[in-house]
Amino acid sequence: MRHKQFGLAIAGLAAAAISLSALAQKKYDPGASDTEIKIGDTKPYSGPASAYGTIGKAIAAYFDKVNAEGGINGRKIKFISLDDGYNPAKTVEQVRKLVEEDEVLFVFNPLGTPSNTAIHKYMNQKKVPQLFVATGATKWGDPKNFPWTMGWQPNYQGEGRIYAQHILETKPNAKIGVLYQNDDYGKDYLKGLEDGLGDKAKTMIVSKVTYEVTDPNVDSQMVTLKGSGADTFFNITTPKFAAQAIKKAAEIGWKPTHYLNNVSASVGSVLTPAGLENSVGIITTQYGKDPTDPQWANDKGMLDWKAWMAKYYPSGDLKDASNVYGYGVAMTVVQVLKQCGDNLTRENVMKQAANLDMTLPTALPGINVKTSPDDFYPIQREQLARFDGKTWVLFGKVYDPGGN
Amino acid sequence: MSTASETARPKWLWIAIALAVVVALVLPFLVKNYRVFQFNLVLVYAIAILGLNILTGFNGQISLGHGAFYAIGAYGAAILMDRFGVPYWATPPLAGALCFLFGFLMGFPALRLAGHYLAVATLGLALAVPQLLKYKHLEEYTGGVQGIVLVKPDPPFTFHFLGQPFNADRWLYFFSLAVTIVMFVLAWNLLRGRVGRALIAIRDHPIAAAAMGINLPMFKSLTFGVSAAFTGVGGALGAIAIAFVSPDSFLLPLSIFLLVGMVVGGLASIPGAFFGAIFIQYVPNIADELSKSAPAAIYGVLLIILMYLMPTGVMGMVRKLWARWQPGAARLRVNPKPGMTVPVQPDLTKESTT
Repeated sequence: MRHKQFGLAIAGLAAAAISLSALAQKKYDPGASDTEIKIGDTKPYSGPASAYGTIGKAIAAYFDKVNAEGGINGRKIKFISLDDGYNPAKTVEQVRKLVEEDEVLFVFNPLGTPSNTAIHKYMNQKKVPQLFVATGATKWGDPKNFPWTMGWQPNYQGEGRIYAQHILETKPNAKIGVLYQNDDYGKDYLKGLEDGLGDKAKTMIVSKVTYEVTDPNVDSQMVTLKGSGADTFFNITTPKFAAQAIKKAAEIGWKPTHYLNNVSASVGSVLTPAGLENSVGIITTQYGKDPTDPQWANDKGMLDWKAWMAKYYPSGDLKDASNVYGYGVAMTVVQVLKQCGDNLTRENVMKQAANLDMTLPTALPGINVKTSPDDFYPIQREQLARFDGKTWVLFGKVYDPGGN
Repeated sequence: MSTASETARPKWLWIAIALAVVVALVLPFLVKNYRVFQFNLVLVYAIAILGLNILTGFNGQISLGHGAFYAIGAYGAAILMDRFGVPYWATPPLAGALCFLFGFLMGFPALRLAGHYLAVATLGLALAVPQLLKYKHLEEYTGGVQGIVLVKPDPPFTFHFLGQPFNADRWLYFFSLAVTIVMFVLAWNLLRGRVGRALIAIRDHPIAAAAMGINLPMFKSLTFGVSAAFTGVGGALGAIAIAFVSPDSFLLPLSIFLLVGMVVGGLASIPGAFFGAIFIQYVPNIADELSKSAPAAIYGVLLIILMYLMPTGVMGMVRKLWARWQPGAARLRVNPKPGMTVPVQPDLTKESTT
């Protein structure tokens, strides 16, 4: 009897020890298991911003590739992407479904500044990562107050600081005129420029003019800016107004050094309607390889991207930079999961996301993805590009605007 | 009125109501939080659709702009909570009052407009409001494009039922349920009596209604106000439940969805609002699950199929079936709305064209 009990106790202890050591090796939060990692996402597949829906499809296609090649550390990715129609109220509902019903490990790349604002607090209360959000607002990199949220693409303030750096380097006595959209997006960029200029901001910026999204055009603003005597123009506008501003500047014969924010750097939808001849010499920033740019035609990264598109996302548009974006951001999250190893807790996901140092084959040379516990801005470096009448031509060094 | 239907109807009605109450009370404890939150949204949309139905279904004034009143209600509640520290439970009536004012003012120009012209005027309202919310001089209150993030209220007390805690989502659901009951009882009382008859008379024959002594301009403006107030209360509850408002939450599609919900549920039907709310809450999710490529197309097809099967909405269908199964149904066909003692009823096919 005694012996038997003793034996049982030993066996029990041994079992406990084994299971303890197993626990030490593998740690899971909801959404992760030996075979699967569940990742949630919201995208506007319908509604006014449905053009961005292709990012979600590209991400899903990239995960298909990862799964076809055996998954991550033997685990397959289950990607649940839901439609929010670019309506923040719907985003709240869908993200709650992902977290509370589907029990995803984390929410990845939800799209839109208002949509992410709507779930910002919720995600941080629930302590579920809101990882690599698809918006350029600066507020996503605030690890002190929102340790569960992280952006991905270069933020607006950082971009503003890059233009400031370039102005200080090339034209330290510039008289700068700024046109900006009167909302958080416009103010974010302006703050970056002012921070970048530092003490000289007050003297260098001679005129700041705003417009409302409801304005029919920016003609009078452009006349005001010309009248201020500015010789450098920072154009913080969304595509429609950017085209108007470029056109109006040419009409009134104002030829400043023209910096155009990356938001409106599309040749097709901004520069062409504004007149390609009016757009020559405009400067913007870039961080990714443009799929239509002939200089990347034989680039290994872009050839791989094209091969992947052909195999996993054949219905996708090869000219759409959003598909390059989806590929790159998916690659980044796969790296995070690889680093997590068998410790697939939400805490470790954030820890590994804040410990990245990698390069993407679809990013420009010299532009890396780097984070730290204090730096929640994965991509910050950008390079300047000047429009030559046909395409953007990269020039100069790669800029690093530093932390915020 | 017929004695047969009057004795038969209350029994049927009370059983249905009792069943609905039990379901509404117990269901939240059988499902997960997120589902409770969805039920809450169904209630919110039901109130908003009821508001639209008062105007369009009962009074015949078409509005494509009720999303604007929903937005004003939501923003009204959010600003009161965020800037003025008003407790959340006090905001629905205040938001309702605010929307009544806006609706009443909107009703004045509407007097000169009828049918499609009114629809276009209200469409303008739906287009204008989201942009006005971003207006810089209002930004101090509205928060501009960023909107307002609200704090979700905690339940005043907690307990466990069926193993589920009484948490913030369940508390808000019951809060919305209470408001919903109040609003539906109000609508019920308003519409089945003299006022309801007047509204329907104006819809069916304005000249005759005026000849009967109905003050047309006053009634139409008031209806606009009351309708906007209902929708605004819905908006306020929605803002509390979602705990966030921004201009992008209230774009034109919202107005259209409310209209869709009203038609699907059944024009000039009070309980129909619930079916409409269920439709606009769940069908987009179903469409999204069926296809990522074209959720809007699936939604459209589902809508077309539904309107083919039920040309008079869910409640029209229910009435038809009820009339078929019920002995002595002929009387009900004359007066198809349970609980309504309206002497002259237009037939249902005509309703759907108003």
